[in-house]
Amino acid sequence: MWSFVLKRVMAMLVTLFFASIIIFGFIHLIPGDPIYVMLGDMATPDQAEKLRHSLGLDQPIIFQYLQWAGRALGGDLGRSIFYQAPVMSAIADGAETSLLLASITMIWILLIGVPIGIIAAMRHGSLLDQALSGAAMLLASVPTFWVGLYLILIFAAWLGWLPSSGYPSIFDDGGLANLRYLLLPSLTLAAPNAALILRLTRASMLDVSREDYVRTARAKGIRPWQVVTRHIFRNALLAVVSAFGFTFAALLSEAVVTETVFALPGIGRLVVQSILNRDYPVIQGIVLVVVVIYLVTNLIVDISYRLLDPRVQLQ
Amino acid sequence: MKRVASWLAPFAARPIALAGLILLVLVVLAAIFAPVIAPYEPDTMDPIIRLSPPNPDHWFGTDQFGRDTLSRVIFASRMALLVGVGVVVFALVTGVPLGVFSALFPRLGNVLMRMVDVLMAFPSLLLALGLIVILGPSAVNSIIAVGAGFLTTTTRIIYGLTLRLKSETYVEAARSMGSRTGWLVMKHILPNLVSPLLVQASFVFAFAQLAAASLDFLGLGAPPTIPSWGNMLAESRQFITRAPWLLFFPGTMIMLTAFALNLVGDSLRDRLDPRFRDMLGGEA
Repeated sequence: MWSFVLKRVMAMLVTLFFASIIIFGFIHLIPGDPIYVMLGDMATPDQAEKLRHSLGLDQPIIFQYLQWAGRALGGDLGRSIFYQAPVMSAIADGAETSLLLASITMIWILLIGVPIGIIAAMRHGSLLDQALSGAAMLLASVPTFWVGLYLILIFAAWLGWLPSSGYPSIFDDGGLANLRYLLLPSLTLAAPNAALILRLTRASMLDVSREDYVRTARAKGIRPWQVVTRHIFRNALLAVVSAFGFTFAALLSEAVVTETVFALPGIGRLVVQSILNRDYPVIQGIVLVVVVIYLVTNLIVDISYRLLDPRVQLQ
Repeated sequence: MKRVASWLAPFAARPIALAGLILLVLVVLAAIFAPVIAPYEPDTMDPIIRLSPPNPDHWFGTDQFGRDTLSRVIFASRMALLVGVGVVVFALVTGVPLGVFSALFPRLGNVLMRMVDVLMAFPSLLLALGLIVILGPSAVNSIIAVGAGFLTTTTRIIYGLTLRLKSETYVEAARSMGSRTGWLVMKHILPNLVSPLLVQASFVFAFAQLAAASLDFLGLGAPPTIPSWGNMLAESRQFITRAPWLLFFPGTMIMLTAFALNLVGDSLRDRLDPRFRDMLGGEA
């Protein structure tokens, strides 16, 4: 078991190393002199030299990478040019919104995707199954921002039940009631992902229900619902749980669009604004953070998969 | 002819899949014959009728410049097809050689696949945004940026399929009879990849559609002067309460096109050799 964990951790670190080279190289791939792109043409040579030096762009490239990577390991992702603040603090400012948004979205996905997927699988081939599967496919084909704009139109503009944009921190005035600002955004983000989880749950349930031990359980005379809960669902859950890990990490990047639609002060909107502001250190920092989260989630999923299913050992 | 008939069989059996295929054909026809079908020029402005709701003269209403929404929706289908086909071609042209090569020559192949793994550590939307920053926003660059995300998934699928084909008895037989690798690829590997690739292509097309629309919406895709469904939605944002029809029609088109492609992909997958089926997900 420990050798397995060690092997996976090593593999992850190698991937992270190469990914970090790509992320580092990003700033050098931007056409033109990134210094003038960031500062604009009006910058004096003096300002340019200062920024060049502070970004370390006047040093040999390998040295630059080592310096950048070393600082990143210590939690220093450089300085934002637009906000005149450390990149890490800009990311930390958006973290509350983005993490809460992703968490609430995961709850929706869990509440909508899994139970409906199970129902569709249990009624496999019926009209209900076809209707639910069809609806899921339709939902997966909808652009998220379109869902978001419609929710704003209906629930904010027409009915006036919920706020249409922004998000004040739950630590400010209003407390937990401020979560209502995240209701529409989380539903928006959940829509296509719940549909994918629904399809996955259904497919996984159907796969497992064809296993020999399910037939044996039925033949033994175990009650149908017990076969479903004990034999099928538990085993089908494996694939779903692993998908949850990927989904959470993917939500952080998909939130780029949703946070823009709802003007939420999260990491996703920070990406878009930094692109428009040409604030490259921020983009670099966010991509690095998201990739690390993505890889760590994958690692946890891999290891828990192995813990949950001893058969994986055989492969 | 028989081949065509066998491809159409799953559509005949499932009316909803047939509907998807018909829908797709309609979008293609709309794109090709846009100038003939569209009642107005997509760029003609008429300030007098700005933001008018759907009416007999303008079935889909008009936008903030008095441009005919129906005509713009029809012309925008060109952009949708261009991006969709572009991304599919990009994914196939890069993914197929990479995947087949890596599977046939494991020594270098393992290194290449590790590099694909590294790329897969980047969530596709972030990868696309990063590439847009480097390349600059444009319609062609959207294709590359979105395509890069599908390069990895396509390569992986092709790699897996080729590994499986490689160990098939007839391939081993051909190899033991002294077939050259080039012949093996042309005669035994590629023809067997066609069907799974067709399935993969329809899913890639569907999701590329949605990703490109997102880029357009963020203002990082095709320039706003080009009518695309994503651009139209981005513009409609300021007028959603005054002119909800501007929101309705382009979004519906994106949804229907992606839905049609997903339906077609699903039906084609059901027709596939069961040994390949489990390797192709709808979640491309």
